[in-house]
Parts: sequence; C-alpha cells; structure tokens
Amino acid sequence: MAGLELLSDQGYRVDGRRAGELRKIQARMGVFAQADGSAYIEQGNTKALAVVYGPHEIRGSRARALPDRALVNCQYSSATFSTGERKRRPHGDRKSCEMGLQLRQTFEAAILTQLHPRSQIDIYVQVLQADGGTYAACVNAATLAVLDAGIPMRDFVCACSAGFVDSTALADLSHVEEAAGGPQLALALLPASGQIALLEMDARLHEDHLEQVLEAAAQAARDVHTLLDHVVRQHVCEASVLLGD
Amino acid sequence: MKETPLSNCERRFLLRAIEEKKRLDGRQTYDYRNIKISFGTDYGCCIVELGKTRVLGQVSCELVSPKLNRATEGILFFNLELSQMAAPAFEPGRQSDLLVKLNRLLERCLRNSKCIDTESLCVVAGEKVWQIRVDLHLLNHDGNIIDAASIAAIVALCHFRRPDVSVQGDEVTLYTPEERDPVPLSIHHMPICVSFAFFQQGTYLLVDPNEREERVMDGLLVIAMNKHREICTIQSSGGIMLLKDQVLRCSKIAGVKVLEITELIQKALENDQKVRKEGGKFGFAESIASQRITAFKMEKAPIDTSDVEEKAEEIIAEAEPPSEVVSNPVLWTPGTAQIGEGIENSWGDLEDSEKEEEDEDGTDEAIILDSLKMDTGVEVSNIGSQDAPIVLSDSEEEEMIILEPDKNPKKIRTQTISAKQEKAPSKKPVKKRKKKRAAN
Repeated sequence: MAGLELLSDQGYRVDGRRAGELRKIQARMGVFAQADGSAYIEQGNTKALAVVYGPHEIRGSRARALPDRALVNCQYSSATFSTGERKRRPHGDRKSCEMGLQLRQTFEAAILTQLHPRSQIDIYVQVLQADGGTYAACVNAATLAVLDAGIPMRDFVCACSAGFVDSTALADLSHVEEAAGGPQLALALLPASGQIALLEMDARLHEDHLEQVLEAAAQAARDVHTLLDHVVRQHVCEASVLLGD
Repeated sequence: MKETPLSNCERRFLLRAIEEKKRLDGRQTYDYRNIKISFGTDYGCCIVELGKTRVLGQVSCELVSPKLNRATEGILFFNLELSQMAAPAFEPGRQSDLLVKLNRLLERCLRNSKCIDTESLCVVAGEKVWQIRVDLHLLNHDGNIIDAASIAAIVALCHFRRPDVSVQGDEVTLYTPEERDPVPLSIHHMPICVSFAFFQQGTYLLVDPNEREERVMDGLLVIAMNKHREICTIQSSGGIMLLKDQVLRCSKIAGVKVLEITELIQKALENDQKVRKEGGKFGFAESIASQRITAFKMEKAPIDTSDVEEKAEEIIAEAEPPSEVVSNPVLWTPGTAQIGEGIENSWGDLEDSEKEEEDEDGTDEAIILDSLKMDTGVEVSNIGSQDAPIVLSDSEEEEMIILEPDKNPKKIRTQTISAKQEKAPSKKPVKKRKKKRAAN
C-alpha cells in the first residue's frame, strides 16, 4: 500500500506505538455466571470472549474418551460484525476449523489432562472485534477462562503476534500492519519455562531474521504474562473480599 | 475403516530405535527418502513420489470475474484431497481434522508467500482474470503428506502453461494451443515444506517421517522455505513444547534440504522440457515403464556388513563362559498361556510325545534339537541338574516356576553352542524344528 509507513523514521508505528510496545490490554474474569469459567479480553481494539465448560462427561460418542487423559475440545467463532466487511460464516469454514485445532493443540499441551481421565473440557472462543492478533487474544482469553474454571494448568499460556518491517521486529500487530502483507508470527508461550506451545508464521521472512522476530514475540508474550498475572490476582482478591475474607 | 492401532511393542521398538539414532529404512536422522518426479502428457500434471508416498498434482485455469476487493489480481485456489485409496483410514466423512490442517498449511505456504504473481493473471481489470486451480490428490500414504504435496503443487505450477490471451481495446482474444504456444505462469520462488518429527518430548528429531514414525511422534514442525533461505511458513502441531534454539536449528537444516530438493525439481523440469522439444515420448506411460509388474526388482538399502564378524566374535568373547551346571537358566516360552490349574503345564504331555519323536532323529542333529528343545522352554534344565528353569512368558500372570518331573537325562553336548542358543530367545528354532520334521 503506497504511502502507508508501518514504521516511521523516528521509530513510531501507525498507531503511535514503539516497535516493541504492546497495545493496551484490559481483561476481566468471571463474566458469565452459567459457565464454569469465562473471561473477556481487549487487546487494543481486538475483543475476545472465552468460555470454558468442564471437566465433564464426554458428550457424543463414548468411543472418543481417552482412558488416561481428558479430551480438550475447542471451538473458535468470529462474529459476522467483527471485521470491516461483514463475514458470511461465523464458524464452520476452514479458517475457523484451523483456529479451533490450533487452540486445542495449545491447551492440550498446557492443561494437566492426566488429572481428569475419560472426561471432556470445552473451550469456546468468540471474537467480537478483530483488529489484528486474533489468535493471541483468543489464547489469552482462554487461559484466563481456564484459570477461572479452576482447571489445573502447567503454567499460563501467553500469546502474542510479531512482525518484521525495515529490519526491526514489531510486537503485537494490528490489522493494518497484518494486511500490509509482511511476515507475521504468532507465538504461544509458557513463560516460566520458555517453552513454545504453538508457533505459526506466514509470509516471507529471511532465515537470518527469524531469531530476532522470535525473541520479540517471546518478550511480548512475557509482558502479556505480567499483565494477566495481575488480572488474576486482582480477581482473586475481589472474590475473597466478596466471600467475606 | 478405523485405523489399525499401533501395538505397544511396535511403538516401543520404534522409540528405542530412534533413541539409538536408527530408522527402520536405514536412513540417517536428516535424510530424505527418494524423490521421484514424473510428468503427464498435459502441461501442469505431475506425480511426485516421496519414498512410497505419492501425490498427483493437476493445475487448470479458467477465465472468471475477479473478487470485488481485488479487481486486478487473479485468483488462486488450492485443494488437497485424501483419496480413499491412500490409506484404509481415509473415508469420506472421517478425515476432516487432518484435511483442514493440510489444506490450510498448503494454502498459507503457497498463497501467503506470494510465490505466483497474481497481477500477471489479470486480463481485463475488474472484469476478467485467470483463476488458477491446483488440485492435489494423495494416492498413497506412507507418511509426510505435506512435503510431497507442497513439492507436487509447486512442480505442477512450474510445469503448467496457460493459453495465451491478447486484449485489443474491448476485445479479448483467447488463443488455442494450436494458434499460439501456451504461456507459463510467472513464479517468483519455490516454497517447499520440510517436516520435522519430534519424539520423547522434543529430545529426538527426525526429518521426513514415514508413516510408522508419524504414529509414534509427539509432534510435528513444518518449515516452508525457498532456495533463497526465506522462510515462507512455520507451523508447529501436535502437543510438543519447543524451545527457541530447536526452531532455529530446524530452520538451518531446512535450508540445506530445500536447496537439494529445488535442484532436483529444476532438473526434472529441464528434462521434461528437453524431451518435449525433441519430440520424444513423454507422459506417465513412459515414466512407469521401468516399474513393470513383471520386473522383479526391489530397492536395496546398503547395509554395512564389514564388521559383522568382529561383532560376533566380541559377543562370543564377552559372553560368560558356560558353567558346567546351570542352576537357573532363564528361558522364554513361545507365548503360551498357562492352561489348567497348578504349576505343572498340562501341555507337557504333548511336548513329551513330540520329544520322543525327535529322539528318533539322527544323532548328528541331536545337538541342534536339544538346544531347540531348550528354547521352547517347556523342557527341563539342561545338563541333568535338578534345579528348575525359570520360565519368562508374555503372560501377565505372576512369575511361576515350572517343575517338571525327571525327563530323559540329556547327554552333555558341546556347551558353547547350547549356551549361545540359550541366549537367543527367538522363534526361529521352533520353525526350524518343524521344517526338519517335514524334511525327515
């Protein structure tokens, strides 16, 4: 796109952020009374809602039950009004299926499924407004929801996207930066051990720059972890106050 | 049909072999299987064989109206199908997860990396553009579908020729292949996927897993690169936890592999081009001529047998010298379960009668037969000692000691042979015995 500078000479991005700066994150846990666990997160303009049911009995075919582990079932849905142009299919298309599979893969690795054999944990994620970094927002929301449901996990799962422009790595891409067609990396990290639960990259990036981009994404994910940790502690404080200490 | 489950012993065998850096087909950890590319008579049709995994790719084109928000760009459409002939587990309704994953990966690898110049596919802006459709069919599944499919897709695209078009004012003329030679697509670069399989929580890594290795792997990392060392796609799947330096190491390996594969592709394309120009015969029929059913030929894998003798001598030398009286030889049963109650095996009677038969055989074969009998494990201690052998069986019952009544005392044979045979708990001796009976 001519005339759109993703990174100005002074080092400012389109929305005025620096290269490694995240967007403003606001999150709330326990937004739904019915669900076992729920959370809502806003990363800049990207808004995502996650709801967790479980662990409960396997719905549908008993044959799918795993004898030693819980089954994690994830569904991703993106509202028709979430993007600039109205989407026709909120879920069921290939991209949503793929997102669901990736979320499942991420959380199967993080949740201690051995503690709940022959049961099922459902994670439903709904994107209300997509302004870049939807996978990351979904993962962060789902982490908070799983914590709200009290399901034991190895560690927080924090995700962030990263890009590469003018030999600088950018963290937390917005929709404008994603649509420009440069390389985009989405990373889900367990911060304490630094293990990568999911790594996904699109568009061309030279191998020499890979390390730089990975490092930027990892640092951003760790920053997200600090924020989410704070949100969880605050929620616990509120809950204990309501219970009367 | 539901997939046949992998038995635990096969799984353990594969994992142990991988821990010792050995693969079933004799490859090294970073080796690819043989890649064979053959072209059909039409432009844009090719079959890629990665070992036994076979993918057919076909490219076709059509003039359509462009998408509303991209009026000057052509349309690319990719579709991978898992044919039911590829594996018994592939059924029309059952494949969705794998299918979605593979299709999305291919789409991202080929479309988002902009390997094809879509602007060049535009004929009349806003009205007519070329829609290029790549159809991939998996014909045989022997692991690593994604690599084979990405190679097939890019080869088919490079091989394809679209009809020539000329625009004069408002008139668009589409020339048939007879009128004007068809025109190749403009391809910027060739992205090729390289798969890495991880085992034992990321400790071991293999390139190009075959079907068995895929069954026991923990997770897969796919890196798509082109020969300029630009990474087009990275995708990690399965439940593995990776570390940053693992990813970087894999990307370096991928760079090397992609260079080799790209060279192979170029060579294949050039060969085909040459054959077509010289008027020779081309097409699938020519390329499978050497694979006649009547030709009895198998691919050989070279095995280093130079040190077999030394290894054998080492084993013999290191083996404990056989003692005169072995009090508790450990023997394996051929997997028989305990029938009946009590400690005495009620099959002992049957074995007795068989033994009597064998005792009638020539004495020069008695050496082998004796040790064979020991292998079946139902027999008594070997050199006339009164202690009972400890029999280890596959059954889940507690360890039991079979006490046999006094059998015919065996003559003391050459002890080295019997000691060695003892150590080999194999089924072969049983078979040999049966053969001998047939021969006799």
